[in-house]
Amino acid sequence: MNAAGLIFSNIHDTTIPELTRTRTMASVPFGCRYRLVDFALSNLVNAGITKVGIITHNNYKSLLEHLGSGRDWDLEREFGGIKILPPHITSYENTTRGQVYSSRLEALIAVTSFISECGEENIVLSDCDVICNIDLADVLDMHSRRGADFTIVTKRVSPAVRYLTPRATVILTDGDGRINDLAEYTSEDSKKAEIEVSMNIMVARKYYLLKLIEDAVAHGHISFEHDIIGRRLGEDKFIAYRHEGYYAPVNSLESYYRCSLDLLDPSVRRRLFGIPDRPVMTRHKNLPPTKYMTGSRVVNSLVADGCVIEGLVENSIVFGSVKVGRGAEVRNCVLMGDTYVGEGAELYCVVTDRNVIIREGRRLSGHETLPFFIGKGVSV
Amino acid sequence: MPKKKKEWIAMLLAGGQGSRLCSLTGKIAKSAVKFGGKYRIIDFTLTNCVNSGIDTVGVLTQYQPHLLNEYLGTGVPWDLDRMWGGLKILPPYQRQHGADWYRSTANAIYQNIDFINRYDPDYVIILSGDHIYRMDYRKMLEYHKEKNSDCTIAVLDVPLSEAGRFGIMSTDNDGRIIKFTEKPKIPESTKASMGIYIFGKDKLISYLEADDADAESSNDFGKNVIPSILAAGEKLYAYEFEGYWKDVGTVSSLWEANMDMLGPDPKLNLNDKDWSIYSRQDSRPPQHIGRLAVVENSVVTEGCEIYGSVINCVLGSGVRVMSGARVRDSVLMDDVLISEGARVDCAIVDTGAVVGAGARVGAVRDESIPLSDVPVTVVGSEVILPSGCEVTPYEKLVMV
Repeated sequence: MNAAGLIFSNIHDTTIPELTRTRTMASVPFGCRYRLVDFALSNLVNAGITKVGIITHNNYKSLLEHLGSGRDWDLEREFGGIKILPPHITSYENTTRGQVYSSRLEALIAVTSFISECGEENIVLSDCDVICNIDLADVLDMHSRRGADFTIVTKRVSPAVRYLTPRATVILTDGDGRINDLAEYTSEDSKKAEIEVSMNIMVARKYYLLKLIEDAVAHGHISFEHDIIGRRLGEDKFIAYRHEGYYAPVNSLESYYRCSLDLLDPSVRRRLFGIPDRPVMTRHKNLPPTKYMTGSRVVNSLVADGCVIEGLVENSIVFGSVKVGRGAEVRNCVLMGDTYVGEGAELYCVVTDRNVIIREGRRLSGHETLPFFIGKGVSV
Repeated sequence: MPKKKKEWIAMLLAGGQGSRLCSLTGKIAKSAVKFGGKYRIIDFTLTNCVNSGIDTVGVLTQYQPHLLNEYLGTGVPWDLDRMWGGLKILPPYQRQHGADWYRSTANAIYQNIDFINRYDPDYVIILSGDHIYRMDYRKMLEYHKEKNSDCTIAVLDVPLSEAGRFGIMSTDNDGRIIKFTEKPKIPESTKASMGIYIFGKDKLISYLEADDADAESSNDFGKNVIPSILAAGEKLYAYEFEGYWKDVGTVSSLWEANMDMLGPDPKLNLNDKDWSIYSRQDSRPPQHIGRLAVVENSVVTEGCEIYGSVINCVLGSGVRVMSGARVRDSVLMDDVLISEGARVDCAIVDTGAVVGAGARVGAVRDESIPLSDVPVTVVGSEVILPSGCEVTPYEKLVMV
């Protein structure tokens, strides 16, 4: 495949401070056994891309542990493979840009050498805030066929589904899919029946992208979307690729919770995990199978390996090595790895981060619209 | 990477056909048969090696090696991809003067003496890839050194009634073996050989060479090599192992060992974090338990979708049990489909098999019969049982 990938692991961290306090957006756990970066990485790998740069600037311990050598995505390669791109300060120009970058543009400037050293013709840029299983080979094919400078993957959504839209970048196209305008989501958009939003997955010709970066440095620009793309829409060829498959943006704890429970819908699982030749790959952990003990009851739930279930679990997402004690009742919850739910505890609409202990008999509840969140390692 | 001599290396015999496992080993080697939902039988021995600090394991393969070779790969899942040593697959090969299949256990090791010498180990541990157990071989090696033994054989105390199925050792008070009888009609002891041997390298090689030169010998460790070492007056010691160990060489023992994982206090507990069993896995989505599903006293793994009833079962990855289906006391290997309304009891259903709607496999378990005597029905890999058909206990189905 004549493309290399570039993943932004920290962009959007601030949208879910609860989950990104100790990790990158890319390493936010999702769907029993995945981390958000798995979707971006799998999309790239399933399109035959074997060189992926991962831009990261802080909190990246969990991300590095998850990625390892890249082996679980078949990206442990002699040629290409995963390249982690942390911030670095060179000896000569260290004062003005010495701080850790905060925007997409600053990140791109920092990794210019990775981009220019790529022999590939195109660069796929992907954030980690969108859950989807997309055929990037088809995106690249259209990008080349139409001779585009820049392609943005979009999704048509209804503003009525509230969690889909906050912080979205709205894209306006002509009948031919060429992008006319792009802007932040406003209250005007909410009145429309359907809007087209950016999925934060883009394809750029390598030399075009380098030119944009160089230009941005020269002009001291800050925003990639507004200062760069916005100014060039008329001159250069920006096109939209409409994704028809499943799409879920993770942009708040509420939307994280909604997207998680969406996985209980068989059609969502089919569109995310059931596409032939496009598996979602993740780090392999050595967990034993899950044990369902006599007297346990599990209803409409997704469960990872390594769990021991003795109580009731209903409409919930249960990550690896979770223990649910006898007589405990877990409903509409997301329990991350190694959560321990003691005997007789009752949980309703609760999201636990990793290594949480809920002691015997505790009763905790949130609401469908606002889950109750318990931070990493906390015991109740 | 310095090519230093190794203190010990393991030679793992994984070439066996396992004909008593019937269709389960029709296309794969016995040690590659799935076990416990996520594993293959060989994982247990490989895990023991790694957890015992052995970093060089020669795996001797011969029968139907493709799946096993692919599964082992470069040994990554067991942390055995090493620059010097690591996991090495050893198929039979051609030499300057002729070529030969592995004719037997001792002959297979004999043909790889060059491999052993390459690492110049002080000790060699001989293992087989068809037992389910967790064992720290380091303790056995310490015992071997402490006794200044020439050959140490791991033994397990078995009931007297079963002793006739094993190689039985009689020892003196110090643990020294004074008599070894392969499958005795009237057992003199209950110390059964587990097929695990530690030798000093030089002793091993000299007895293998002698054994190979003996035209009368059938080149088997249990039948020939061990008796000849004993007859020569060498020091053989029995190392007593306590814990779970099962030879899963037959359909019913394989089924029984899977069942041993179940219950609140299982005989075979794989949830011990200090001794995780390592295996190679695909990325599959999490398991889904549906609204009307019943899952009790069972182990279930990635990719499964359960809408029916699953009681006392071990499920491999990607198994689907549709609504109205009832599965009890059974082992379902990867990607098995149990269609609507089907009933499966006391069965092993191999990879990719489909049980059609309303079909009936096996018979309800009679609780008064001990686990080891339960009649087990086998449905072979990729077999498609049509809707409404009946498969009676003990029937063995293979793909035609």
